[in-house]
Amino acid sequence: MMRNERDRKQSRRCKADVVIIGGGVNGCSLAYQLAKRGKSVVLCERKYLCSGATGRCGAGIRQQWSTRENTELSIKSIKIFEKLEKELGQEIGLRQGGYLIIVHDKKEMIQAEKNVEMEKKLGLDVSILAPDEITNVVPILDIRGMNAIGSTFCPTDGHVDPFKTTHAYAKAAEKQGAKLYKFTNVEEIKTKNKRIDSVITNRGNIKTNIVVNSAGAWSKQVAEKLNITLPNKPFRKEILVTERVKPEFKAMVISFKDGIYFSQQDEGQILGGIPIPNEKPGYLTVPTFDFLHHMSKTLTRYAPTLKYVNVIRQWTGYYDVTPDARPILGEVEQIKGFIQCNGFSGHGFMLSPMVTKILTDYIADGKSSDILERLNLKRFKDKKIVHETSVVG
Amino acid sequence: MKDKTFICRCEDITQEEIEQAIDEGYTTLEELKCKLRLGMGPCQGRGCLTLARRILCQKTGKTTEDITIPPSRPPEIPVSLGTLASDEK
Repeated sequence: MMRNERDRKQSRRCKADVVIIGGGVNGCSLAYQLAKRGKSVVLCERKYLCSGATGRCGAGIRQQWSTRENTELSIKSIKIFEKLEKELGQEIGLRQGGYLIIVHDKKEMIQAEKNVEMEKKLGLDVSILAPDEITNVVPILDIRGMNAIGSTFCPTDGHVDPFKTTHAYAKAAEKQGAKLYKFTNVEEIKTKNKRIDSVITNRGNIKTNIVVNSAGAWSKQVAEKLNITLPNKPFRKEILVTERVKPEFKAMVISFKDGIYFSQQDEGQILGGIPIPNEKPGYLTVPTFDFLHHMSKTLTRYAPTLKYVNVIRQWTGYYDVTPDARPILGEVEQIKGFIQCNGFSGHGFMLSPMVTKILTDYIADGKSSDILERLNLKRFKDKKIVHETSVVG
Repeated sequence: MKDKTFICRCEDITQEEIEQAIDEGYTTLEELKCKLRLGMGPCQGRGCLTLARRILCQKTGKTTEDITIPPSRPPEIPVSLGTLASDEK
């Protein structure tokens, strides 16, 4: 109580170099990095840290994509993840058991070969596996059941704990002097001469010239406060977890054709998701039986021995989906100081280390980069956009 | 061995660990769940969440009505993947 009272008084008339909206992994990572560069930072989170997509995600980190931007971002992100425990001084639960991407037909194989060629050029250790090599990596898989003709495999892909990582960033950010306000709702963002001027919250006003919109599926609503239209749409995504069983495999198994992804966590539970057909965009949170049935059916087709394992929980979260399934990053043209960090389309957690580094360079040093230019909101004005096709869940 | 009071028996979480997390600023059941895996085991928090709520009340001065219990997630009881995958009605 004491601390809350003190927080409230401090936040009433406050000034900051940067206000971050959204306390997911991207918001907390930005808060840490900007504070470390000497910026005064306030982060506003409507609920609690990790309450949105970060705390509901599948926790996978991968470097295998169809677009160069995502491949580059994720290769650099994993390099950062590898050193993050040391940097933050706290556990993040990194485990690199690889990603096994199942290939089902010739058309998929052509795309897989193209992806692998591009990824290898960027220095990634990735290869194409024959069917009998797949079961060397994950013995419980049924090649026939999956209709697999091969797979791609990258051994340095893996898994990181989203709760531990976000809390570790948050603590490190506070140590650097950032203020993280939970249960604080941004009601209004004011501008002066087309420049950010202040942020009005239910707990007081913050004078600032820079606002970062990292509100995940609610980013569109945040941008609307400034009459900026983002093309993002929220999609409900479902996921389930089983009881703990004996460790059987370390890799994440995914298929772009079936949309399934699943892995075994360190504690032993199997966790995974799949899209339900004909899902429409919107803010729906109710878990469905259709998902449970479809997921169980596909999962037991991939790994028949799992049929005796009990499901203990299913839940939902949002993908913040853009028309090309790639994030929207950087400053908008219309308002100086309004910076986007959203539209991750299901990949916000795994891309967060590099994305937040690029944005920190921009905010702290005014340094732009090629990738920041290419992922700016203005790309949607062009008719020709490049789709990321390597998407699951 | 030191005496320990286990609050969440599925995930082996003690009273001491919960109190420590509250001191660190995790002051809702949702946050304790994220921080400690409280209530994430096979019983889905049936045993521990109300006990943890009591500790939260004692530490923060709130009443039980002020503290919401996280939503319970389906299925109601553990069900095997084989049963869920079945097309039999």
